[in-house]
Amino acid sequence: MYNHILSIILFTPLVGAFVLLCIPGSNKTAIRWTANFFGFLGFAVSLPLVSWFWAVKSLPGFKFMEGAPNSWIPTIGAGYYLGIDGISFLLIMLTTFLGAISILSSWSAIDNRVKEYYAWFLVLQTGMLGVFMSLDFFLFFVFWEAMLVPMYLLIGIWGGPRRVYASIKFFLYTLFGSVFMLLAIIFLYFFHHAQTGVFTFSILELYKTAPLLPAVYGPTAAVLLFLAFFVGFAIKVPMFPFHTWLPDAHVEAPTAGSVILAGVLLKMGTYGLIRFSLPLFPAVVHYPRLRLAMVTLSIIGILYGALVSLVQKDMKKLVAYSSVSHLGFCTLGIFTLNTLGLQGSVLQQINHGISTGALFLIVGILYERRHTREIAEYGGIGTVMPVYATIALIMFLSSMGLPLLNGFVGEFAILQATFLARPVWAAWAVPGVILAAAYLLWLYQRVFFGKVENPKNAALPDLTPRELATLLPLVALAFWIGLYPRPFFAILDQPSKEIVEMVEHPKTYNAAQPLKAAQVAQSAVESTPEAVR
Amino acid sequence: MALAAMFMMVPSPFGAVDYRAGAPMILLTLFALGILCVDLFLPASRKQYSAAPALLGLFAAGLATHEIQRVLPANGDALRGFFGIILVDPLAVYFFYLFLVGAALSILISVKYLEIERENHGEFYALLLACVVGMMCMAAGNDLVMLFIGLELMALSSYILVGFLRGNKRSNEAALKYLLLGAFSSAILAYGLSLFYGVSGTTNLAVLCDALTQRMEANPHDPIVLLAMLGVLAGMLFKIAAVPFHMWAPDVYEGAPTSVTGFMSVSVKAAGWAMMLRVLLFGLAPLRALYVPTLVFVALATLLVGNLAAITQHNLKRLLAYSSISHVGYMLLGLVASDGVTSRTGIKGILFYLLAYTFMNLGAFTVLTSLRRRNIAGDDIEDIAGLMQKAPMEAICMLIFLLSLAGIPPFAGFYGKYFIFLSLIETGHYALATVAVLFSVVGLYYYLRIANAMFVRTPATSEPVTVAAGVNLALIFSAAATIVIGLLPNIFIRAVDWSVSVLGPSVAQLR
Repeated sequence: MYNHILSIILFTPLVGAFVLLCIPGSNKTAIRWTANFFGFLGFAVSLPLVSWFWAVKSLPGFKFMEGAPNSWIPTIGAGYYLGIDGISFLLIMLTTFLGAISILSSWSAIDNRVKEYYAWFLVLQTGMLGVFMSLDFFLFFVFWEAMLVPMYLLIGIWGGPRRVYASIKFFLYTLFGSVFMLLAIIFLYFFHHAQTGVFTFSILELYKTAPLLPAVYGPTAAVLLFLAFFVGFAIKVPMFPFHTWLPDAHVEAPTAGSVILAGVLLKMGTYGLIRFSLPLFPAVVHYPRLRLAMVTLSIIGILYGALVSLVQKDMKKLVAYSSVSHLGFCTLGIFTLNTLGLQGSVLQQINHGISTGALFLIVGILYERRHTREIAEYGGIGTVMPVYATIALIMFLSSMGLPLLNGFVGEFAILQATFLARPVWAAWAVPGVILAAAYLLWLYQRVFFGKVENPKNAALPDLTPRELATLLPLVALAFWIGLYPRPFFAILDQPSKEIVEMVEHPKTYNAAQPLKAAQVAQSAVESTPEAVR
Repeated sequence: MALAAMFMMVPSPFGAVDYRAGAPMILLTLFALGILCVDLFLPASRKQYSAAPALLGLFAAGLATHEIQRVLPANGDALRGFFGIILVDPLAVYFFYLFLVGAALSILISVKYLEIERENHGEFYALLLACVVGMMCMAAGNDLVMLFIGLELMALSSYILVGFLRGNKRSNEAALKYLLLGAFSSAILAYGLSLFYGVSGTTNLAVLCDALTQRMEANPHDPIVLLAMLGVLAGMLFKIAAVPFHMWAPDVYEGAPTSVTGFMSVSVKAAGWAMMLRVLLFGLAPLRALYVPTLVFVALATLLVGNLAAITQHNLKRLLAYSSISHVGYMLLGLVASDGVTSRTGIKGILFYLLAYTFMNLGAFTVLTSLRRRNIAGDDIEDIAGLMQKAPMEAICMLIFLLSLAGIPPFAGFYGKYFIFLSLIETGHYALATVAVLFSVVGLYYYLRIANAMFVRTPATSEPVTVAAGVNLALIFSAAATIVIGLLPNIFIRAVDWSVSVLGPSVAQLR
């Protein structure tokens, strides 16, 4: 099992989807139990990885590697090639964990075409896990694209009134970004062949030749290729100004869809930036103007997302825009290009998955009872549903970054790293924290405080045990990361160092190996420090 | 082979190699004639029985093709027959298989459909086989006359097939339109071919190629050659429905019986491509510098018109007609990128695309065929609404076909587009690659419209969807092929590699 743990984690949900297809659609209870069984099983099979990974966390490189390069389609050089480092490990755990919680949360929310719903949800799980595990660009792209289909259907079938618009917009936007990425991947594939004479999509191999791009084709071509990747990732994150699909998709998606969308899908964009954009284009990310543009977009995202959140009338839309703001911190952390920034960014991604995932659940619980998300419809919920209000308060505080809760740790690390890189950037980003407090506390005040003005709210039942079961694990995690984040930093330490090392001193093929552009490669490595200044 | 031996009893200038090379075509012709004879004695209610010998004929032709494939490596790289007018090389074998599979699937979905339309006649199957014979002549023709005869045989059979619903005005109109425009384009093609004969004094493609090489060296802008080339291009682009010769496609696709539309969009198009590759890469290779700019223009126009026009369609058959036009645009880009000698990737892309396209597009038409019910035409987007609730298996299969058409991995269609993009990047056509990927995003939109109708909307009528056994078989086969080619493409890529092995340096050997 140890050697195939990644495949087991990857395909357990898919097996669940096929098992679901064999159950008659009329037997909703059986379907729900089975789906929850597989949702939990998906999380359970990933648990052994925790202790195993902990033991090898400080070893260099990728761990638990499976398959081999060029093993899947040898004729084109694509392989079934899996492997993880600390970054992908945490994101995989987040995926399996949130997957189980989301499936549990759908128990009563989804009553229509239940079998299809859970089947697509489990397929989605496999797609997302594949993205985080692939060490082969072709395989990565297949998962990246294939994952869109179940998400599109989840929004399109079980979404809100404007679901058709939102689902198609989501699909088209993401596809728009990824087709450019495909072209860039193909370019790197040919570039690798030109340098080494080998056709392969293995990411580990492409790491060794892609940094030579600026030296061979000039900086403009390298920047264009970087942008081709960047568009794909930035749409996914989403970074300002590519974020416009997000509020629509979030508002229309069913609650569990929103949780997964915010919790995991958006992380695929930031993961792509860390895993691909930085190591493949080390010289390009150092170009001062380009880096400034990336940082500026991140800061605009932070402030813009927060400001737009302030004026929302719909709770879910507010949480959706707050994601834009929070993800802005994550991308800011990435482009500090230092170890702390990367650690903070990944940790903040996890935090965002926990906090925002919980916020969507919280909004969903209220929506299930009242079928409206208008903030003005509520008020005084704290007196009607005290347990709910308490948990909501904890998660609101966690999302705004209060010390002792998870959000603070990540934001602090990012801001500290930004300050190290350029104090001015940190100064611009800090207001985002204050604005977060403003929109979240104001929302809390309007919904939970005061007297019950609206008679419809007077007799709302408090949390059911099932709802409590979906929220409490998230609360526990929020406290854990807030009080004792050291294990997380320990896991992220090694991969962050490696990525910073790859950005600062890319290890390309050297003269010892047959390489056409050996000399130019050398000059590329030498020219890197200049660009930093 | 016993059959070939029988023929050899008659004193003739032809030997075993001739018959072996021509066996698939000869067998299909015999079966087609046999079906016509048997049909005379079948009672009116049993006409659909002719489907069985038709399938048997296709199977026999498949065995004969396999026989050719088996002896090919031992026998140089190609079998030549009948004074060299047919040349069965790996490329031709690949196309033979494509045609046979496409025809077999079309027959499977036709039986029930023709019964509902009350047009069940044995001629249908005989014509279909004759059509396949024509296509094979186009794929294996090494002579301008042979290619033209094949084209006409295919075209004449398909004119009748399109108008097979005799009581249906739209079917008649489509057939007449197709006949008139088709005859016109054939005339232009024949004019171009005759000019080539005029300048070279030969109809053999290899000899023509040498003659053109000399002529182009003497005068790279020879007006007669240019005129001949444009005529030939126009004729062939008409058959694959490339813009600006696409006008017939939506009307014909809409009016023709749905199963015939599927066959037309897949096999007839593949045959057009077979002839196009044969003529452009073998005979007219020296004119590459002349025809590539034309093809760039045609490809871009095809992508633009096909994709944009498909967005607004409400009729599913018209929508798929425009989508099939747009697919031709991608394939043309493969021909723009690769000349078969210095780069073969684009040609591989075309061949792989046609393979994937055979299954995914015919699969989509299979679903449409099953929507045809007693009083429901089954080709409006309303008719497919809520299919997921009525027939989940069909809806899932249709989703697979649509995603594959849109080029979403891990389905077969993705690799077709992938190889086209690969060839464009390989040969440095970055701008064309960018345009092509952008159109693939547009393409997704109209496929999603169908998916939305199936999955999101509720059924417009309560009329149930029942699936006949033959249709079900075709559906499962197409869906399975679309998935298997997508997940395990290696063996199929190897097959394509084998069939393009005739290109490149070995083209010289063939001459």
